[in-house]
Amino acid sequence: MPEIIITIKNKVGLHARPAGLFVREAGHYKSNILAICGENKANAKSILAVLTLGANQGSQITIRADGEDAEAALQALAALNESNYGEAEK
Amino acid sequence: MMKTIQGVGASPGVAIGPAFLFQQEDLSYNSYSVADPQAELARVRAALQTAEIQLNAIYEKAVVETGESEAGIFEAHIQMLEDPELVETIQKSIEVDRMNAEKALMDTCEHYAQTMEAMTDEYFRARAADIRDIARRTLRILLGKQMADLSLHSPSLVFAYDLTPSDTVRLDKSMLLGFCTAEGGATSHTAILAKALGLPAVVGAGPAILDLIEGETVIINGRTGEIIVNPDETTLKTYRQKMNSEKDLAAVELSAAGSPAITIDGLKVEVVANVGSVADSEKAIVNGAEGVGLLRTEFLYLERQTAPNEDEQYDAYKAIFDVMGERPVVIRTIDVGGDKELPYIDLGHEDNPFLGWRAIRMCLDNPEFFKTQLRAILRASVGHDIRIMFPMIAAVSEVKKARVLLEESRNELQANGIVCGEKIQVGIMVEIPAAAIMADKFIGVVDFFSIGTNDLTQYTMAVERTNKKVAHLSNALDPAVLRLIAKVIEEGHKGGVWVGMCGELAGEPKAIPVLLGMGLDEFSMAPALIPHAKAVIRKNRVTDCKQIAMDVLNLASYADVEAYLAKIKP
Repeated sequence: MPEIIITIKNKVGLHARPAGLFVREAGHYKSNILAICGENKANAKSILAVLTLGANQGSQITIRADGEDAEAALQALAALNESNYGEAEK
Repeated sequence: MMKTIQGVGASPGVAIGPAFLFQQEDLSYNSYSVADPQAELARVRAALQTAEIQLNAIYEKAVVETGESEAGIFEAHIQMLEDPELVETIQKSIEVDRMNAEKALMDTCEHYAQTMEAMTDEYFRARAADIRDIARRTLRILLGKQMADLSLHSPSLVFAYDLTPSDTVRLDKSMLLGFCTAEGGATSHTAILAKALGLPAVVGAGPAILDLIEGETVIINGRTGEIIVNPDETTLKTYRQKMNSEKDLAAVELSAAGSPAITIDGLKVEVVANVGSVADSEKAIVNGAEGVGLLRTEFLYLERQTAPNEDEQYDAYKAIFDVMGERPVVIRTIDVGGDKELPYIDLGHEDNPFLGWRAIRMCLDNPEFFKTQLRAILRASVGHDIRIMFPMIAAVSEVKKARVLLEESRNELQANGIVCGEKIQVGIMVEIPAAAIMADKFIGVVDFFSIGTNDLTQYTMAVERTNKKVAHLSNALDPAVLRLIAKVIEEGHKGGVWVGMCGELAGEPKAIPVLLGMGLDEFSMAPALIPHAKAVIRKNRVTDCKQIAMDVLNLASYADVEAYLAKIKP
């Protein structure tokens, strides 16, 4: 099962709007996608689950995808994280 | 009898008025085992769907009343309603445990709310309130109940145990004087909304506030968190004066904001706005902006996977130019770098993004990308007074190269018979000390300078803006920065180009006399600061200001400048 590890860079962590964007992006794919942060695991398509991961700035998240579009899903989520969720620094 | 309750100040200001007690509606329900789980499931699905329709309507209303970013909370609510895990858990509770719809919904939501509440961050506790809000909304629909009455018939202060985001949207804003809640912290939704509406609010005041009698007179102080119930005449008088003097002053300044800013001895300077959207531009005009001194264009480029095309940019710029009409608009070309990252341009990782490949540096290396923006600006500027500003200029050669690209863009458009704006001024943002020091060498290449004090301070003092440990060194009123500003203005005027300022310093009341004394032509600031800045300018005399500027430029430190400015009378 393909997986990647991403590091959360933006200040608020994977909360609020960034979490919403992350879940929305995951929802575009058919694969089952799992996000793992430390001991917490979350269905990447569930906003409530992703929020309870408690991923802050600097957290490493393992994303695992299972399904026909698994690779594409992982790539898209990595790109979204790279873009820093469009967050502008102040 | 007069009584004081201490809460947490969440949004500044004083409000006095009768209390309106908001009681949540009774949504008690029965728990029972269901015989037909499929029918029960259908009930929940229908209720969730209705809730989503309601939330979409609330979102639309919130966008109009409080703006898009505050309304974002309801988008989050919609996303929670659609959460596959939430729906699945409810479904299991019904199918496997034979729970009725109400219990399955509330148990599931409460489970999530409690998980959030157990987390340490205040942010998550606010999310618990969001989950309970959508749970109550859906439950209300399941029970077929009406929403609790929130109609204010006279101007009132609203007191509640807690206000859900959707409750606050329902409130009639024209009758609302302020909020007070028993629960919540300074970052709660009520606090954020109160700030967006410009209303005083006190949160976390405890359940005692619910013992108030409806209609009782109350004073709330959103700065100190004080709630004074049944104030005596003396207290009432003191607070009324306080409230009125603040309000009167702001009202007087706003009513005069449409007139030009002319000093006592007759010098007229331009007061313009920093904007980044159509909404900002409209606000700018209401507040008396004579134009735009800085239109940020980054909003078009962020939060997306592909670069905005020419037509899209044209539409966005034109919408803002149209709001400003004949007023001048300084539009800054894209200013991003390694600290922001765009999915469609590989900016690479940089250890020092503020010193790296950003803004004009990146644009000059990506001419096609840059020219797309320039063509959009040229097209949108037809019929308007537009000035193009290049950010992050360190050397004259960069301006020359950017101008060549601008001319190429114009020629490309004209070759295709597309009309471009005429007489477009071209200038630079002075934010790198090198540009300030070499200002005289830019004469003949630029039509104007606009000083960006935030970055100019950062680069002059070698202080990263976001690093708290060195923040004490970061003051735009440091004599080192002031000397650079004075130099730019002096060289600009010698060479016949006008000089503006679009950094935070331009809207800082205590800095205004100094800048007037140096001869700054244009002051650009956040729209809300304009009425007061104009009032300050009108109280000054250029002859006095010149002396102030000269004195300040000879001081040795920021502390000395602060002390000096504190002593002069406005």
